[in-house]
Amino acid sequence: MIQLVELSVNGERHDLAIEPRRTLVDVLRHDLGLTGTHVGCEHGICGACTVLVDGAPARACLIFAAQVEGAEIRTVESLSSDGELNDLQRCFSEHHGLQCGFCTPGMLMLAEGYLAEEPEPTTEEIREVVASNLCRCTGYQTIVEAIDDCAARRRAALQDRLDRRAS
Amino acid sequence: MKPAAFEYHRARSVSGAVGLLTELGDEAKIVAGGQSLVAMMNFRLARPEHLVDITHIDGLAGIRREGDTLRIGALTTHRAVEKADLGDFAVLSRAMRWVGHLPIRTRGTVGGSIAHADATAEWCLLAVLLEARILVEGPSGRREISAEEFFLGPFTTALEPDELIVELVFPRPAPRAALTEYADRKGDFALVAAAVDLDTDRIVLGGVGPVPAVVRGESYTGTTVRARAAAAADSLELRDEPGISAHYRRGLVRTLVERAYEEAARG
Amino acid sequence: MVEPRFRRDGAWVGASVPRREDPRLLAGRGRFVDDIALPGMLHAQFVRSTEAHAELLAVDLDEVHAVPGVVAAYTAADLDLADITALLDRPAHEFVPTAMPVLARDKVRYVGEPVAVVVAKDPYAAEDGVEAAVVEYAPLEPVVSDLGALAEGAPLVHAEAPRNTLVDVSLFATEGIDDVFAEAHTVVEVRTKTGRQNALPLETRGVVADWDDRDEQLRVQTCSQVPHQVRTVLARCVGLDEKQVRVTVPDMGGGFGQKCVVGREEIAAAAAALRLRRPVKWIEDRRDALTAAFLAREQRYVVRAAFSADGEILGLDADVVCDMGAYSCYPFTAGIEPLMASAEMPGVYRVPAYRVRGRAVTTNKAPTAPYRGVSRPQYVMVVERVFEKAARALGIDAVELRRRNLITVFPYTGVNDITYDPGSYLESLDLCEKTLREEGWFSRRSDENRVIGIGFACFSERTGYGSGAFAQRKMQVVPGFDISEIRMDLNGTVSVTTGTLSHGQSHETTMAQIVADRLGVPYDRVKIVQGDTDRITYGWGSFASRSITIGGSAVAAASVKLGDQLKEIAAHLLSGDPEAAVLEDGGVRVGSSWLPFAEIADVAYLKAHLLPKGVGPGLAATASFDVGGDGTFSNATHGCVVELDPGTGGVEILRYVCVEDCGVAIHPQVVEGQARGGIAQGIAGALFEEVRYDEAGQPLAPSFMEYKVPTAMEIPDVRIEHLETPCAFTENGAKGAGEGGTIGAPAAVLNAVNDALRHTGVELDDTPVRREAVFRALEVTR
Repeated sequence: MIQLVELSVNGERHDLAIEPRRTLVDVLRHDLGLTGTHVGCEHGICGACTVLVDGAPARACLIFAAQVEGAEIRTVESLSSDGELNDLQRCFSEHHGLQCGFCTPGMLMLAEGYLAEEPEPTTEEIREVVASNLCRCTGYQTIVEAIDDCAARRRAALQDRLDRRAS
Repeated sequence: MKPAAFEYHRARSVSGAVGLLTELGDEAKIVAGGQSLVAMMNFRLARPEHLVDITHIDGLAGIRREGDTLRIGALTTHRAVEKADLGDFAVLSRAMRWVGHLPIRTRGTVGGSIAHADATAEWCLLAVLLEARILVEGPSGRREISAEEFFLGPFTTALEPDELIVELVFPRPAPRAALTEYADRKGDFALVAAAVDLDTDRIVLGGVGPVPAVVRGESYTGTTVRARAAAAADSLELRDEPGISAHYRRGLVRTLVERAYEEAARG
Repeated sequence: MVEPRFRRDGAWVGASVPRREDPRLLAGRGRFVDDIALPGMLHAQFVRSTEAHAELLAVDLDEVHAVPGVVAAYTAADLDLADITALLDRPAHEFVPTAMPVLARDKVRYVGEPVAVVVAKDPYAAEDGVEAAVVEYAPLEPVVSDLGALAEGAPLVHAEAPRNTLVDVSLFATEGIDDVFAEAHTVVEVRTKTGRQNALPLETRGVVADWDDRDEQLRVQTCSQVPHQVRTVLARCVGLDEKQVRVTVPDMGGGFGQKCVVGREEIAAAAAALRLRRPVKWIEDRRDALTAAFLAREQRYVVRAAFSADGEILGLDADVVCDMGAYSCYPFTAGIEPLMASAEMPGVYRVPAYRVRGRAVTTNKAPTAPYRGVSRPQYVMVVERVFEKAARALGIDAVELRRRNLITVFPYTGVNDITYDPGSYLESLDLCEKTLREEGWFSRRSDENRVIGIGFACFSERTGYGSGAFAQRKMQVVPGFDISEIRMDLNGTVSVTTGTLSHGQSHETTMAQIVADRLGVPYDRVKIVQGDTDRITYGWGSFASRSITIGGSAVAAASVKLGDQLKEIAAHLLSGDPEAAVLEDGGVRVGSSWLPFAEIADVAYLKAHLLPKGVGPGLAATASFDVGGDGTFSNATHGCVVELDPGTGGVEILRYVCVEDCGVAIHPQVVEGQARGGIAQGIAGALFEEVRYDEAGQPLAPSFMEYKVPTAMEIPDVRIEHLETPCAFTENGAKGAGEGGTIGAPAAVLNAVNDALRHTGVELDDTPVRREAVFRALEVTR
């Protein structure tokens, strides 16, 4: 049983002939070579496989690739451009929000999707969102701080742009 | 933890989905958000031969207000409900905070949760609390099932194998209702969940039986919240289970009913 | 006292510089074992026992071979591999050696034990194949608890181990200890049972193996903390010599001890690759990781302590039983937990009399391995409970009672024959208490409308176990030293090997900082080479907080040797005195002249005829390091504030303060990260995680629904304060920092919970703390 599936990942179209039972995370990693997204539990709890599906953070282990034809998938590989880390990634590094780095891509995509929807979260709201994913190394505090800092910097940058436009 | 093989079918319309279910029979299973089903398939605890994907059906997602009635399409995600401004149905939005975590809420659907029929699931409790009707479509057309009659047992419903949930219909606003839960970890399935509606004096409990349990509060009208909570807890038949005694579960019921009342009164 | 040899003027050590590891990990460009894809690669999964204890009558793989996509399937008989056997040099009444077969041969001893390996073209087909296996068992009565294992007439997990006892040691037994207890003013007793835990690296175990005809090598890429030990065991099991096996370690998603022993699955997958002459990958799935991987921490303590009327501890008498599961792990053996607890229990206190019996029992549960802290989270918890109970019995404040008994004069040789190097035991306790007091927690504790408790934990932790310290354990394989080879290349860049193995601890950064200071080059000019048995002389990997103390010292020593070479060559080229040469700004200064490393390297490699007489070409040096004596002790005091919810039994941590001292912090931010992450794991053990089994030996936590790893909502922010008592005999003044967080947290949390329950008369001494028990304790007074 092979299914033809057309996927759009990080703005690039892929045509695949796969078994329909292949999960999105396996297809991303092993059919498309996008190994930045990790597999941690395959039952939707650890969040290591978190990607964006049409902008919303989702567990790629709980989605069959065949289900998301027509959706825009974004993975951690889309965050940096030309080898430059984006602001969120830099905040993770500055705050030591990663140690072994295994949960990191999932945490980044979770935060990226969340901040796009909610640019002005409180620290407690961020903490509740970070609780979506498991990290075994950091104790979470520095992850929350990194996201908090990134949100603040984005707000400041936006304010700066608005101020300049006004002046 | 890779699922067993299945054949994938994509429905484009409700009638198309019903047609597929009729044609494929018992070995077919609907997938919507898949947040419970796919996990079970990865453990091979569920192994449908055919998977009917309904997520590409237009018009099944969305929230509509018609007078006093609120209609929520089966494919509406928990997150969409959480973010919606539902006015005197705000209890639904507030309750969504208890549903797993953000990435589960962005994919998991209202209809899927109802069909899965976990006795502690928030949607099952809310549907029973607010006396919702579940609109389903089958080969012979549509019918409505009251929530209380819908849940038959753990993971068992009145839905026929060839029927599909189309919509949840909440018949009246619930401005003074609340749902609260306890689990050792935030985001877990509740050990006990309690939902109350002050206007109907209904109490619905999760985690105390095979289906959401309704405790009718009318008989306690006039007593204190604490007494009502205690009475609700005492009315339950509970058994000791590994890791949790009946005594503790009863205590949780007492506490959570009390807290749900307090939250509902705050509005 | 020896003058510390660490440097405080260096630009790099002590600075929280950006981590070298971060860019690739943040961009999704790390390379973890499951990211590796080799041409023609196959995928392995294991047929695992469904019985806890049974004779293995038949393993029928005929149907497996018929499954589409399956390429091969092997039983123990098919692969015919030597067993994995870890040994202690102890007499038969103290230690019973047991073998762990790579695949179960005639008996299964736990649910999840590998029985056969299935190799297929993809992981989905491999799992289809596993389902098709037919295994016939003759069930035996299972042994599912430590008490059950020790019971008269209990079934035997290993026929050679009577009373299911693998290790039984009685140590110290200070003369007259019974009189001490008989005459003591106060004797308190703590009985504790701690839950079985999973170290739970977020990346499960895994391996990719292939035979390379050109190198005539079995190449094994595995996520292991101990690549050389994997090489040794694998070579032995498959019958190759050591040079025919190359083990490399890619990026690794945590280990915490679970990956510092040799796994049978990595051997079986490699053996399959060797047999098939095709690459084979095995990635453990989470169900297997939760049920069949190495576990830890299930221990039972009965500890009595004698005190004088004014609160002086007079004696400690302990009985420790560790439920080690079905097999001894390699290389540490089932002795790892009881021997650690027995040797170190008196800890930070001046205990004049001590007696301990430590036992490892075998049961029909998944076997155990070291897990971050190894026994110390448990015995520290027990000893700290002792002090809390004694404080109540004596009517002395618990913090004050600790003060009266802490070791304050160093070096201190304890009743357990260990010499403790200087630490800040008292200072850390004082600062921790002061911090919580200043933050107002003691006044909040007295609010009668709330159920708030404050708990402390004082401890020290031996880090940098040298060969001598491990030899005391009588391991037949004695870890300890580390060897480092350093090389400078043409443009003045440096590469340095370490036998340690970073998997989250940031050694690519911190080791580079150490080298950078020794040579005077920017740390990003230093490349750390680790995790490759072909490129690194025999090493012991990373565990027991040994990497910076021992590996970092070896790296520093090698750097100094290389620096001496550079100075000698530069002095010759500049016609100066080598004794006057100094390393400076990426070059060598001799008097008023300065020569950049690149030019020295240019001579060393490209113009060797210009080198001084007697100096060969090239720039390279090797150094080794071993900690003599008893190693160095990091220490800390943890303070925890909890609030209990009488309505639910819920436990919320309101505040957590850690005052730690790991000597010189190479990278303070990394040290804090280790502390925070460790504390999170300690809290997990105290309040959330437990691997439980039913009476038939079936695991009850096969998913993250049941095995409750705490999230950001459960783990509090942690305030960290640093004290610094430099180590006198490591090259950097550093002590280990990897495990302390985990060690202190269970004690601090449990003491806080019990402090909150002070008005109830109930004491809870088992972990994880059951919410129902909290609920019941508070219900009485509600």
